Amino acid sequence: MAQKKGSKQEVADDEIHVPLQAILMADSFAQKFRPITLERPKVLLPLVNVPMIDYTLEWLASAGVEEVFVFCCAHAKQVTTYLDRSNWRSQPNFAITIIESHDCLSIGDALRFIDQRNVVRGDFVLVSGDVVSNMPLTEVLRQHKERRKKDKLSVMTMVVKRSKLSPITHQSRLGNNELVLVIDPASKQLLYYDAGFEPANKDSSQRQIVKHVILDKSIVADRSAVQLCTDLQDCHIDICSPEVLMLFTDNFDYQRLRRDFVKGLLSDEVMGNKVYTYEIYRDYAARVDNLRAYDTISKDIIHRWTYPLVPDIQFGGNRGASKLDRCNVYKGPGIVISRTAKIGENTVLGEGTVIGENSVIVNSVIGRGCIIGNNAIVENSYVWNNVTIGDDARMKESVVCDGVVVKSGAVMEPGVVLSFKVVIGSDFTVPAYSKISLVAQPTEEGSSDEELECADTTSDAGESPPGSLPVELSTPNGASSEILMDSVAARQWDSSEVGNQGAGFKWIIKEGSQTEEWRHSVAPFPKELLEDILKRQIHYDNEDAIDSGAISGAESTPSTGLNDDDDVDDLDQDEQENDSSFFEREVEETFRRAVSETSGVQQDHVVLEVNALKLAYNLSFSDCAGAMFRAFLNLALEEPHTSSASGELLSNTTLVITKWAPLLKRFLKSEDDEVEVLLKFEEVCVEASKEFARLFVLILQLLYDKDLISEDAILSWAFEKKGADESDKVFVKQCEKFIQWLQEASEEEDQEEET
Amino acid sequence: MGAAMPDLQAAVDDFCTKLRRRQVEGSMDTAKFTALLLRQVISHQRIPPSAQASTLIDAVKSVGLRMIDANRLELAIGNVVRRVLHIIREEDASLETDGVTGINLITDSDDENDGYNIAQSGVSAAAVAAANRSALRAPSLHNLLEWIPSSGATTTVGPTITDPEVRSRSSDKNSRSWKLKHSVIEGVNELLNDIENYHSQVAEQALEHIHQNEVILTQGRSRTLLHFLLEARKKRSFQVFICEGAPRYDGHILAKELAEADLQTTVITDSAVFAMISRVNMVIVGAHAVMANGGVIGPVGLHMVALAARRHAVPFVVLTGLHKLCPLYPHNPHVLLNDMRSPSEILDFGDVSDCLDDTTGGPRLRAVNPAFDYVPPELISLFITDSGGHNPSYLYRLVAEYYSPEDFAL
Repeated sequence: MAQKKGSKQEVADDEIHVPLQAILMADSFAQKFRPITLERPKVLLPLVNVPMIDYTLEWLASAGVEEVFVFCCAHAKQVTTYLDRSNWRSQPNFAITIIESHDCLSIGDALRFIDQRNVVRGDFVLVSGDVVSNMPLTEVLRQHKERRKKDKLSVMTMVVKRSKLSPITHQSRLGNNELVLVIDPASKQLLYYDAGFEPANKDSSQRQIVKHVILDKSIVADRSAVQLCTDLQDCHIDICSPEVLMLFTDNFDYQRLRRDFVKGLLSDEVMGNKVYTYEIYRDYAARVDNLRAYDTISKDIIHRWTYPLVPDIQFGGNRGASKLDRCNVYKGPGIVISRTAKIGENTVLGEGTVIGENSVIVNSVIGRGCIIGNNAIVENSYVWNNVTIGDDARMKESVVCDGVVVKSGAVMEPGVVLSFKVVIGSDFTVPAYSKISLVAQPTEEGSSDEELECADTTSDAGESPPGSLPVELSTPNGASSEILMDSVAARQWDSSEVGNQGAGFKWIIKEGSQTEEWRHSVAPFPKELLEDILKRQIHYDNEDAIDSGAISGAESTPSTGLNDDDDVDDLDQDEQENDSSFFEREVEETFRRAVSETSGVQQDHVVLEVNALKLAYNLSFSDCAGAMFRAFLNLALEEPHTSSASGELLSNTTLVITKWAPLLKRFLKSEDDEVEVLLKFEEVCVEASKEFARLFVLILQLLYDKDLISEDAILSWAFEKKGADESDKVFVKQCEKFIQWLQEASEEEDQEEET
Repeated sequence: MGAAMPDLQAAVDDFCTKLRRRQVEGSMDTAKFTALLLRQVISHQRIPPSAQASTLIDAVKSVGLRMIDANRLELAIGNVVRRVLHIIREEDASLETDGVTGINLITDSDDENDGYNIAQSGVSAAAVAAANRSALRAPSLHNLLEWIPSSGATTTVGPTITDPEVRSRSSDKNSRSWKLKHSVIEGVNELLNDIENYHSQVAEQALEHIHQNEVILTQGRSRTLLHFLLEARKKRSFQVFICEGAPRYDGHILAKELAEADLQTTVITDSAVFAMISRVNMVIVGAHAVMANGGVIGPVGLHMVALAARRHAVPFVVLTGLHKLCPLYPHNPHVLLNDMRSPSEILDFGDVSDCLDDTTGGPRLRAVNPAFDYVPPELISLFITDSGGHNPSYLYRLVAEYYSPEDFAL
């Protein structure tokens, strides 16, 4: 089979031989594998005992790619050294060029950098260094080229694969959010892409389970049918035309490939660039995006879905000498297993590993040169190279990096991650979902932009290059190695974190990201959580019975459901509500970043960023102003104050408003915006922080004094409220005197003018 | 040794990579490429005056081991490497005897004999080899029958077939090494020729086995099988039942090919074998490899067909080339000599993806997709090879004939 395909390709290439090129991103610009990735780049982390980049390179090489540009940024040296030492450089018909940069912060920057180099000559494969696949590229390339011949604007073909979501947690097998795609079934053109980019994962408990999709009317206007898919998985393999690089250069604000670029292309009707999809059925493709994906893909490799990229076949860094036994047990050469040890199913044992008496190893991957003591239990875990596990130690659903020592009797609860060379003291229990590393956790500053995938390292605002958004980032190289030095020098470990004679810092899981932790961990969802989700789902089902009926109808027969105007309006509203809460959160975080900076210049950046958000969510200035004001109040609320003395809170608020008034002013373009701020203020007082309720008049006055809210706005707000319920009028009544005074003042003015 | 031949190294690397990526598969292709590469290795190898044979053997072994390691399941690679090693050993032994006996018998040679030898240069090595064999171990029936018509004397009077030129230059080490190399390459060429043409030789025997109006059942698709059936079609009319051969369904392809050749063809599912076997006169199948004990490694499902055939006393005939004959005995063949392929050939990933992991407490599903089946020798009635028909119990003799025991474990 493969041979035939190869020969076909040769014939096609004979016309003008353009070598098939690929760009491999050896930096994911994400930090989901922290703390491990502080010490080693993600692409070099072993996946079933073989560095991830070897899977990608082997796939590219066997699929007929002749020239690969490996783009490195973080830990570039390590990647380069690895590739130099491997035999990839000596492969015939397979050239690897390393492109190194130190100031790229996102895939967008990287592609712009590559575009400057002028190395890409034709259609190329854009892939990240953590993709595992065995798909042949011949067919997808043929389709892409054919489309290009007809239409120069079809710039990209995206590979997708069917993969069902978990019915309970609504996340894909790889731990991602639900991906909603709308595809034209005839031409396979991608019309809509939504991967749940909003930082919904922070509180997915509040996340709507029934999602709403709004399609532009133009999408369905001249098509006989559109296909709405929720069971497709984005393989993160793209066949791109050289125009893609140019588009990135033209749109210098594109950061991420999916969130910015694809969405940008789809929403931009002027240029008319098109993205197509290509579905694979028999072949495998998936990207190791987080630890859950790491777990899932490892299992897929062990179950041989990735054949021939399996442990018992040689490729790349895999020496391939391991033997396959029944029940997917792979045994490397030179292993010593005691007679009484039990090796369960789906297990990989690396070269030279020693396993002691009565130990049990099930569903796990053990690296090279590991020593596992007697009576140890390792279940569903990933143990990398040269790890020592003491007698009676127990380990469940954990990831243990190179050189870790787990002393006897220690227990790892599910979801534990032990980074390089951590030592866990004897009889110590590492609580579930702990992450322990020799590198200390970076300070809180950096964590505020945690939802930004591109933020790869500790915060260091000064380094963000001009022209890009003021996201605190820095090149990880210098920073992390310094941290490493410090920590090693310190040598003072907290025995309550790692046990007696242990070594390592425990990383604190950030407030609110617990759910994300669950979603992305190696460990399965905790039982209680599943039950909880299940309960909520039933609740939702009851609540939205009618609504969801409409949706399911729309899904099965998309064209009919979506053409119904009423339906669309309904969806519109719901979606907006949903959106606006995300929006508010983003605005607040942007603002907080500005607060944490001392320099006044930051204000401009905040404005820029909020404006971008405004466009992204398709909202108005009034929404921005409202959200911004809410952020002010929250900040004021956080300052220390006693609940009884409202004076303190007032002075706090005054301080904040005085300081940031110019910022808010930027968004107050009209009277309506000001009214919106007032309404938002009201909302805050009623819903969130009742403490402000007493201060309403005072703060209103403050706003008036600072010229933020004009008297007209206040009056029209009061006027608007006249018709409202009694409960809604609480604040208007509070302000009665103030409003009266304003009215009188204005009347006086009017009179004066008249006279 | 590798320094002198970068091109060759690259070619070997390329072949190994292709093997690893499963881009070259099937015993015929792998055997052919292996033989071609080994011939190159031999012709590029510089031979020192002393230990000529052992340098060649070492060179072939080192390259051969790399190729075997690249895909351990293609037993044909190992077979060809061992065959080549055997050829080297035999040629070396024959030159030894030439050297020793040549001086004694120098006066016996005449021009007539000379001419005969030049004409037979292609087979001379084999003849000498046969002579050696007869000296080393008990004569096989096969040897005796094979060589009687050409020269009755060869078995006993091996030394007489000697070239005066060789004898005169036998003191000259260079010419001896040239001679060794030359005759080894001749031998490898012959092996290559065998590999390329074995199916036509197998097919020639078709008429002896397939009779008018018979019903033949087969499984899997192989070139030998196709040639065999088409050859019989020339003289006889008969029916063929073909098992579709899930999950690769190469039975469908074979069915089409046969139907195009105007042969009455019926496709059945693999599970229908037992239901159909009572109507079948003979089962004829191809093989992936034949083990030294007479067991066969073939496409998955073959064991079931063999059992059905045994149950109904239908002859089970295996077509094979001698390059598929492996000198090893099968140990745990279901696991060690099997290729576990991707489950995607059986199951659609998209359909079952929600059952594949137990993180959500759902069911756990797995699929095992072995490529091969092992059929024990008891179930096989006959092997038809390029050297004629053989009983399973006779295969060890063939192994002894084509392989040197010191090469069994490489």
